[in-house]
Amino acid sequence: MNMQSHGITPERLSNLKRLEAESIHIIREVAAEFSNPVMLYSIGKDSGVMLHLAMKAFYPSKPPFPLLHVDTTWKFRDMITFRDETAARLGMDLIVHTNPEGLEKNIGPFSHGSSVHTHIMKTEALKQALNKYGFDAAFGGARRDEEKSRAKERVFSFRNANHGWDPKNQRPELWNLYNARVAKGESIRAFPLSNWTELDIWQYILTEDIPMVPLYFAARRPVVNRDGMLIMVDDDRMKLQPGEVIEEKMVRFRTLGCYPLTGAIESDADTLPAIVREMLIARTSERQGRLIDKDESASMEKKKREGYF
Amino acid sequence: MSIENIEEAAETAVTEYILAQESKDQLRFLTCGSVDDGKSTLIGRLLYDTKLIFEDQLAALERDSRKHGTVGEDIDLALLVDGLEAEREQGITIDVAYRFFATEKRKFIVADTPGHEQYTRNMATGASTADLAVLLVDARNGLMVQTRRHAFIASLLGIRHVVLAINKIDLVGYSQERFEEIRKEFEVFANGFDFETLQAIPMSARYGDNVTGRSDKMDWYSGPTLLEHLETVQVGEHILEAPFRFPVQWVNRPNLDFRGYSGTVASGQVAVGDEVVVAGPAKQSRVKSIIGASGEVSSARAGEAVTISLEDEIDISRGDLLTSTAHRPDVADQFAAHVIWMSDEPLLPGRSYLLKIGTRTVTATVSEIKHKINVNTFEHVAGKTLTLNEIAFCNFSLSSAVPFDPYEANHTTGSFILIDRMSNSTVGAGMVWFALRRASNIHWQALDVDKKARSEKLGQKPAILWFTGLSGSGKSTIASIVEKKLHIDGRHTYTLDGDNVRHGLNKDLGFTDADRVENIRRVGEVAKLFADAGLITLVSFISPFRSERQMARDLLEDGEFIEVFVDTPIEECRKRDPKGLYAKADRGEIKNFTGIDSPYEAPENPELHIRNVGRDPEEVAEEIIEYLRERGYLNTFSADGEGI
Repeated sequence: MNMQSHGITPERLSNLKRLEAESIHIIREVAAEFSNPVMLYSIGKDSGVMLHLAMKAFYPSKPPFPLLHVDTTWKFRDMITFRDETAARLGMDLIVHTNPEGLEKNIGPFSHGSSVHTHIMKTEALKQALNKYGFDAAFGGARRDEEKSRAKERVFSFRNANHGWDPKNQRPELWNLYNARVAKGESIRAFPLSNWTELDIWQYILTEDIPMVPLYFAARRPVVNRDGMLIMVDDDRMKLQPGEVIEEKMVRFRTLGCYPLTGAIESDADTLPAIVREMLIARTSERQGRLIDKDESASMEKKKREGYF
Repeated sequence: MSIENIEEAAETAVTEYILAQESKDQLRFLTCGSVDDGKSTLIGRLLYDTKLIFEDQLAALERDSRKHGTVGEDIDLALLVDGLEAEREQGITIDVAYRFFATEKRKFIVADTPGHEQYTRNMATGASTADLAVLLVDARNGLMVQTRRHAFIASLLGIRHVVLAINKIDLVGYSQERFEEIRKEFEVFANGFDFETLQAIPMSARYGDNVTGRSDKMDWYSGPTLLEHLETVQVGEHILEAPFRFPVQWVNRPNLDFRGYSGTVASGQVAVGDEVVVAGPAKQSRVKSIIGASGEVSSARAGEAVTISLEDEIDISRGDLLTSTAHRPDVADQFAAHVIWMSDEPLLPGRSYLLKIGTRTVTATVSEIKHKINVNTFEHVAGKTLTLNEIAFCNFSLSSAVPFDPYEANHTTGSFILIDRMSNSTVGAGMVWFALRRASNIHWQALDVDKKARSEKLGQKPAILWFTGLSGSGKSTIASIVEKKLHIDGRHTYTLDGDNVRHGLNKDLGFTDADRVENIRRVGEVAKLFADAGLITLVSFISPFRSERQMARDLLEDGEFIEVFVDTPIEECRKRDPKGLYAKADRGEIKNFTGIDSPYEAPENPELHIRNVGRDPEEVAEEIIEYLRERGYLNTFSADGEGI
């Protein structure tokens, strides 16, 4: 009898092992059910963990889908270097898409403001890329603990042909039975990290030794204090306003995005354990560093209805 | 100690702390209760007290409280968990929200679900992944109809551990008497639900009594606080002891030397060298290797996502179930199951749905609704259909046999979802009870297997799409696209054309008028048999004579014969001449060629008249499918509303 041959009953899986297994299950389910999936790779820690899990899910094969990075042209330079190194190291196909109209009109966060920039260079650009390649499923690294409207989003989150999300008309999602049926033009955003918290992510990075963009680690960097946020001067497109001075400060980033929209925190944490230690005694949650959520309380839900990840 | 040393010591401590988290357990639980029992407040309290509420979230919360809050000047903890704009404005939770917090011992995933009866489906959704349910009761009101309903749904979804959270105890003066009264009443009531643990706790979520900290106002209560109980209750061991089950998700084939089967172990354990069997075909082999999340391992247990390779080359694909040889699952194409209906469109017996069980998707119909269950009184009531949020015990008939276990024994191999074939929405969720043998299913046995039964099983109305037109008019091109589209849509089809009929069945026939008539007569008869089998048949023949087309029409029932006239002028056909036949006929190399030296009698009243010049065959195919859809050929079968 099968169960007796192994003697005593082993313990239940630990939290991290359960999360890991659940994510791998989700990733495989997408690969098996969709004809043309893609993994959104945003270079940050969540993307890094998601990609690491995808490598495990299909080992010894390679994940049967490419990576897609929507490049606003305003990402930190370190991120782009890290992105290209990572894709090469893992042997993954990488598609980079930038909104050509946005590029032509020179859309940027300094000249057009965060909301126009995000809409055109991220939301619209993402839709363009998904349409261009006809992807019917796209993995995203979002977590339910990040933000209130995410807490109710499904693991397989349905998008209509215009990439819109209808929060009041979501498909019920029971057990680990994900409904992968879509009509032509419709798609699914799949969130394998739905049940992870920020602490889980860092613990996993530490135990699995997953490479991360150096920007997460504290270093002396040139920053400007603008509207209460420390903005790093990453290239010469950032013009100083009257009274602003560039200071060298020991800083790091808790989340990564477009450099003009991502605030640094002052920190000495230059190793993973130091980051986790800092997190355990954290006094501000991670999205505080992102300007885009500050606009209004329900801003994320609005963005998501329009097709933002 | 130098500063460096202190830093280093701190880092080592953190690293050790993190590594210690490796053994931290996870508990998923559900909170339910009626609207005002304080579920969201309770979760807010847990998040708040476990210090995972960061300062800026708190600041935003204070702002929101002033706008939407219902508790005056205090912070409204419920606003932490009610996510969507619409819900916040209505002041109720209408969807399942997932929340997270952790203590030193466990990480918790909380499903916050609504209390109203019209949200039964949301509660069931939250319950499907929960190990434990926290049922809230307002101490002032005691057990309500909804308390009973929630206990029933929790039990139906297989939750074995329940906390009866007797909340707002501050509003009844921290009364022990009131607490005991409610506890006893619930215990008597829940006796039939077979819960493994049932812990009643008096608490005030608003003020935090007995939630995370012991209350100083209830000396009479010596049991655990809610958090103590959640941290220590033992759940989910039985799935590790159950027989080995492994639904294959994906076949891993990087090269010719490796063939692995990827999936998540649903129950039990497996080790290298174990005998395993593919349920159904009963193909047997031994485990050769197991790749876990971090490389090769010697064994794997329930919950782990692994890739298994076998000693023997046997044909296994997604949807198969690898199981232990000693304890095999049931394999059947009929079973009885509880169903929770989740759609505004009613469930109709006889209508065909997609049923996803494990990693396998088949088509299924409800052959009979045995009884509906009133979720408030648990009475069994008769019913012909199921509407949103109704629960029933039904017999299912599947397009092919699938392996499964009773839900009670195994939630993964005993659960399924139902998907509408038109809208693709998830319309129902089911829990299998037992297989139906034909002998034990007299209702089914009494049925004659006839055209109606066959077509109901296929979920379509039989039809003959009879494409007629000149050689080169585009009949076959269009028919082939139509068939592909129908096939993708899950329809059962067959095409009869010159290629597969002339070379076999009719190879004794030539092209004289008499042979042409006989050719069409035979094709008509075959089409009739296929209609009887429930298929949608596409016939693509020049079929130049009206009388033979009428003969074929007369063989079939009204509405089954759909004449599609592919009307392309002979000049255009001659220009296209895909097979070079017109050229040959012009040179006199082919005799009796339709349109040249043999007549073509165009249909007078075809069901579909396709003027096929300058049109995209895809678009024409879509027009034909639209015709079928509009006239109900593709509506999944409801006919006269009577089930099988």
